[in-house]
Amino acid sequence: MEIIKKIQNRRGAQLHIKGSAEKVFTKLPTPTRYALTPDDFFGTIPKLIKKEGEKIQAGAPLFHSKNNPQIQFVSPVSGTVEAIERGARRKIEKIIIKSDGSQESVKHEVKNWSKLNREELKSLLMQSGNWPFFKQRPYGTIANPEDSPKAIFVSTHSTCPLAPDFDFILANDIEAFREGISVLNKLSDQAVFLGSDASFPGIFEQIKEVQHYTISGPHPSGSLSLHIQELAPLNMGDRVWVVQPEDVANIGRFITTGQFSAKRTLAIAGNSVEQPKYITTKIGAEVSPILKEFKLRFPQNRLINGDVLTGTATTADGFIGYYNNQITIIPEGNEYRMFGWLPFKDNHVLSLSNTSFSRLFKKKDFEVNTNLNGEERALVVTGEMEKVFPMDIYPMQLLKACLVEDIEKMEALGIYEVVPEDFGLIDYANTSKIEAQEIIREGIELMIKEVG
Amino acid sequence: MNALRKQLDALKRPFGKGQKFEKFAPAINAFDTFLFVPNHTTQKGAHIRDAIDLKRTMVTVIIALLPALIYGIYNTGYQYYIQTDAPFTFIDAFLHGALKIVPMIIVSYVVGLSIEFGFAVYRGHEVNEGYLVTGLLIPMIMPVDIPLWMVGISTAFAVLIAKEAFGGTGMNILNPALTARAFAFFAYPTYMSGNKVWVSEASTVDGISGETILGSLAAGQEVNYSMMEMFQGAIPGSIAETSTLWVAVGALILILTGIGSWRIITGGILGAAFMGFLFNLWGANALMSFSWINHLIVGGFAFGIVFMATDPVSAAQTNKGKWIYGILTGIFCIMIRVFNPAYPEGVMLAILLMNVFAPTIDHYVVNANISKRKKRWSNAQELKTA
Repeated sequence: MEIIKKIQNRRGAQLHIKGSAEKVFTKLPTPTRYALTPDDFFGTIPKLIKKEGEKIQAGAPLFHSKNNPQIQFVSPVSGTVEAIERGARRKIEKIIIKSDGSQESVKHEVKNWSKLNREELKSLLMQSGNWPFFKQRPYGTIANPEDSPKAIFVSTHSTCPLAPDFDFILANDIEAFREGISVLNKLSDQAVFLGSDASFPGIFEQIKEVQHYTISGPHPSGSLSLHIQELAPLNMGDRVWVVQPEDVANIGRFITTGQFSAKRTLAIAGNSVEQPKYITTKIGAEVSPILKEFKLRFPQNRLINGDVLTGTATTADGFIGYYNNQITIIPEGNEYRMFGWLPFKDNHVLSLSNTSFSRLFKKKDFEVNTNLNGEERALVVTGEMEKVFPMDIYPMQLLKACLVEDIEKMEALGIYEVVPEDFGLIDYANTSKIEAQEIIREGIELMIKEVG
Repeated sequence: MNALRKQLDALKRPFGKGQKFEKFAPAINAFDTFLFVPNHTTQKGAHIRDAIDLKRTMVTVIIALLPALIYGIYNTGYQYYIQTDAPFTFIDAFLHGALKIVPMIIVSYVVGLSIEFGFAVYRGHEVNEGYLVTGLLIPMIMPVDIPLWMVGISTAFAVLIAKEAFGGTGMNILNPALTARAFAFFAYPTYMSGNKVWVSEASTVDGISGETILGSLAAGQEVNYSMMEMFQGAIPGSIAETSTLWVAVGALILILTGIGSWRIITGGILGAAFMGFLFNLWGANALMSFSWINHLIVGGFAFGIVFMATDPVSAAQTNKGKWIYGILTGIFCIMIRVFNPAYPEGVMLAILLMNVFAPTIDHYVVNANISKRKKRWSNAQELKTA
């Protein structure tokens, strides 16, 4: 199989954290409650279809997008709508479904899917709840079905801290993955790009009909924004779609069975977890069975849907997010460190800076916690963001443009080419404890509002 | 440690949210965070954070300054005793210097930090650590006999006009410490230049003449110092800038820890060496024919380029910009030295000048990236319409 490009990135840093998941599956007690969290779908305003107490089949729509009613979000299991949790200004925070244990599922007619034209295929995917698997660039929102994307990207190589291994996750799903890729190919005239790590050819070698590329280098080499900039740079008005590898398999499974597939394989990782392993469950499943199964090393922990840099915090009674293939559990760090600001003191705290000896232990896996290790300050130090940001973009200048809401400048500096997650490592590394992801997210929200 | 922590927490209670002294919380927090890294946890964004913070950064700079400061204190005494021909020991010299310099440091910190604390309370933000470095730099670049009240006024001017007027730490255009020196230079020229200010007590004790090497050269006099003396710093000059050796140690600390920009430092040395070499070829006067290597080791050049030009706030902020900024600073420094008869040292004005131009340099560097992106857009547009 031919590789069209080897992306070799040097900028960034691999954070070595203790607790990467062993490539073994462990069985969980069956979860009984599931939830969809509208916040997982950036830029989507939910419009409810089901009410509290109503019965619902797996794959039946729970809500749709207010701006595009065709895009439906379906229930991962059959059961009843237990609760609709609302926050401030009646914003819908969670739609909780109590599973009834039966596998009653909505069935769609998919036998002759390859004969459908593109529009019919799109509406099939939307009705069946598969559309939220497609996200678009710019902005990282759910793809607009009316667009025709310049390319579709799938990357099977994640470089984030304690990242799950998609070769392992998809090893038994490669057939479904292949089917999913053929669906993607039908949706775009342009190429479908498939990224793998440098060990290619792995299991993805057998996938035809795609442009293979490989990625090597430290985090954030796995960032799709970087791959898109290298292979199909976004110009004004361009759209590129991205799909997570396991969701490609979910789409593939749907197109063969006609039933919505909500399979989610997760690496349960982090230095709080005694024996980190993989689990298989469904999208939106409750977290508590995980906490029953995995022993934790510390009394106070933070549960993160996703990785330590870009994930969102959840609680012991929370639910698994829609897109993440990883749950990271790390101890909370609400403790004081006397004179901890002295250079070369407290070398057990992971640091990318040469003001700590922790840099010398490159092979060691570090214990981390959620301490801010300082306080927010004015932006003083320069050059440190560029070191961990691989794209051809000036990150600090872009952040400043977002802070002053200068839309023209944001455009010119490349806001269309980034998503907040690309700034995760900047959040981590910057001296002044600036919340870079937050600033970019607000910048993107502004762009959506003003430019669309 | 726990007992101390409890005491502190009790002490802080009246400054808590909704309490009587809430407004003054930044002041008490500044002291608290000096003892303890706070127990704050990440609330949004990345869940883990690097061990580095602004305090650690600034303290690293202070550590890098210490060798030059300690040598400067010793050299102050050394210059005094060697000129008065009195017998002395290392301790004598050091004490003589300390007696002069420690009060200056105290004045600079007290004046500067009071203003910083005041503005932190007024603006309701935490006290930024930047002044810890500025406050040490100001006395280090002054002549030793400058009256304390002048140090105080210069400091106040620098912090108020060069820093807080622009919005505080991170917003200033000019380096505050250099602004303090420039203020003193233009407001009190008799205390800041000439041949009576560079050696301790030179103006009161007969027989002491303390002319700097650059001053002698500008006046067309012989220079009686060997290159080794210039490098070690056993020469008259502002308090802590004389020793290129100890400044180089500081530079090494800054570069190895990554706190100071090696691009600016290297660029500055290259620029100054290049300009000095050109003038050597020309050789029209004493300063021009002064060897380019010597240009690098006398005067405040080394100190300025290592500790002042690298101030990340007032320097260029892009990597390419840092090269250009450094090289130009070096070039201008030597140019001002050679061409300005009223003022034989050029590093202060060169850095201040480049501080002003740094945003422009960055503008062009960033614009290159912008036009590349826009060109890609228009190329794509042409392809679509074609």
